[in-house]
Amino acid sequence: MQKASNHNSRTQLAFASFRRNRVGMLCLWTLVILYGMAVFADFICPYSYQDEDRNFSYCPPTAVELMDQGRWVRPFVYGRALTFDAVHRRVYVIDQTQRYPIRFLKGGRLFGVDAPGRFYWWGADARGRDIFSRIWYGARISLSIGLLGVAISFILGLLIGGIAGYYGGWVDTVLMRLCEMFMMIPGFYLMLALRAAVPENFNSVQVYLSVVVILALIGWASLARIIRGMALSLRERDFVLAAKTLGVPDIVIIFKHILPQTLSFSMATLMLTVSSYILAEAGLSVVGLGIQDPVPSWGNLLSDAMGIVPVIFAPWILLPGLFIFIAVMCFNVVGDSLRDAFDPMFSGDSQ
Amino acid sequence: MFKHIIQRLCSTILLLLAVSFFTFWLMHATPGNFFDSLRLNPQISQETVARYEKLYHLNDPLLVQYGHWVINILHGEWGYSFYYNVPVTHVLGSRLFNTFILSFTSLILTWGIAIPLGIWAALRRNQWVDRILSVFSFAAFSTPSFFLAVLVLYWASRWGGLPLGGMHSPNYDDMSIVGKIKDTALHLVIPASVLSLSAMASLQRIMRGNMLGVLRQQYILAARAKGLPERVVIYRHALRNAFNPLVTLLGYEFASLLSGAALIEIVCSWPGLGSLLLTAVRAKDVYLVMSSTLLAGVLLVMGNVLSDILLTWVDPRIRHAKGK
Repeated sequence: MQKASNHNSRTQLAFASFRRNRVGMLCLWTLVILYGMAVFADFICPYSYQDEDRNFSYCPPTAVELMDQGRWVRPFVYGRALTFDAVHRRVYVIDQTQRYPIRFLKGGRLFGVDAPGRFYWWGADARGRDIFSRIWYGARISLSIGLLGVAISFILGLLIGGIAGYYGGWVDTVLMRLCEMFMMIPGFYLMLALRAAVPENFNSVQVYLSVVVILALIGWASLARIIRGMALSLRERDFVLAAKTLGVPDIVIIFKHILPQTLSFSMATLMLTVSSYILAEAGLSVVGLGIQDPVPSWGNLLSDAMGIVPVIFAPWILLPGLFIFIAVMCFNVVGDSLRDAFDPMFSGDSQ
Repeated sequence: MFKHIIQRLCSTILLLLAVSFFTFWLMHATPGNFFDSLRLNPQISQETVARYEKLYHLNDPLLVQYGHWVINILHGEWGYSFYYNVPVTHVLGSRLFNTFILSFTSLILTWGIAIPLGIWAALRRNQWVDRILSVFSFAAFSTPSFFLAVLVLYWASRWGGLPLGGMHSPNYDDMSIVGKIKDTALHLVIPASVLSLSAMASLQRIMRGNMLGVLRQQYILAARAKGLPERVVIYRHALRNAFNPLVTLLGYEFASLLSGAALIEIVCSWPGLGSLLLTAVRAKDVYLVMSSTLLAGVLLVMGNVLSDILLTWVDPRIRHAKGK
């Protein structure tokens, strides 16, 4: 067992071992791309998230045409004509007389087509809004909510876990019972109960913040328990005794000497918590209690797909689910690889 | 052993009180009195409103109100559902039973499949079986359960062999007992299998990890050195020790199962506690929210006590330590 004094080198070793993990790095880069797309959504997406055209309700994905009568031309899309079939369902027929060339870097957006035409790369939703655009605008909400929620949970967890572990005794007992209380309530029930306390007339920013707080409240307890466990063992170390002997106040010992030590180890857990928060936000929004339309999040984009009928006629509205899956999977894999990197015993390499 | 279980029961009752007070406080932190909207509802008579206002002591301080709520609960008076317009207990009973059926079925499915898979993966560590299982686990663990449910429902709507939601067929009341059970079981297939798939993934990983940990121990080496057949080493010596930590996990597993079940219930329109709570939250039906949260807590406590009893049963160390 290495001493805590060469903590930095150990952290560096762990990161080096993480960098050698190809699957882990692949997932990390995927996450970087996802976050990048979310940040530059204004530039990448052809439409804003509330740009709707009711004439194109559930319009299927538009194919990009590269060939015209056997010749290569610049990419364009055909227009669509709306007709109704025998049972009065909407059918969009490709209208070869209308052609809209794809324009790049026009109006501050990466690509798009001119006005009467609509370019639905990944199809349209019930109100004729572009799913592609809404997915990347939704990524802003879904991906940031997990991080913010975890940040708050982590601060709460560090504080409460650090204090409980450092002092021990009755402080520990009381705080840990409190944690158990939170862990005991099924997460989804707690989320719904908390949501019931949120006033209905909140605007979208307030709703966003309240969802962040709700998420933070369901997850802090398990983080606090993990940190408490680490603090319990750390406080027996010599450097804590040394600090005490020097007369360093408790609060300084906790914040300067104990909590930084727990950081590297809790990183893996944090990643896993982010993924569970993304799932939780999606769950809350999908039943209509999280982020509210027209602001998109991956969860409320899917709420359309909860009825089986729209899915049968417009399967592309399931796409946001794929992105939830990718993001959550990447966070899980990165978290798992980090844990392997920080804890060689766990992966069995040390034997 | 009994002393231990009674101790646990007492602490869980305290926890339940704390949880319910927390929910109570939350519901009352909402701005506005829910009775305000109630008074405006022509379907509810002013007498009823006045009666319940008096019954729940709405003009008293929060703690007094809470005390009255607890006393009422103990007297079997769970409050009135303003959304369904009947006492809460009328709605809760059947919902609780339905959630129980769903959770219990998937619990059995999960444990029955995940444990053998975990052992299998541990014994074939880093071979292709283990790799495939681990990819599968990661995928299942990362798929939102409600999304999986929609995918399965979509597939079932194409295939047409399974009912697409609900718990009973329309002609359920005319069926014989056997027909009724068969009908419910058919409706249970999709929600239960989706629910267990998500839970299975993590349980399989944990079982694999535990098993690998135990297989590294000295006593396994000793057992092998003694020349015991591999079958005996694995199933008598390794398995029992790898299994113990899982039993402790059962309690928490039950918590995640319940919240998982809530979403699945909503997507598959299974008439359980979770979908009831959603309706209640949407309608701001205070006593219904309180009671369903409380009931979920009670289910959870039952799960914990069950896992404690199981633990003392499978782990002789605990049994003998407590017996002294």
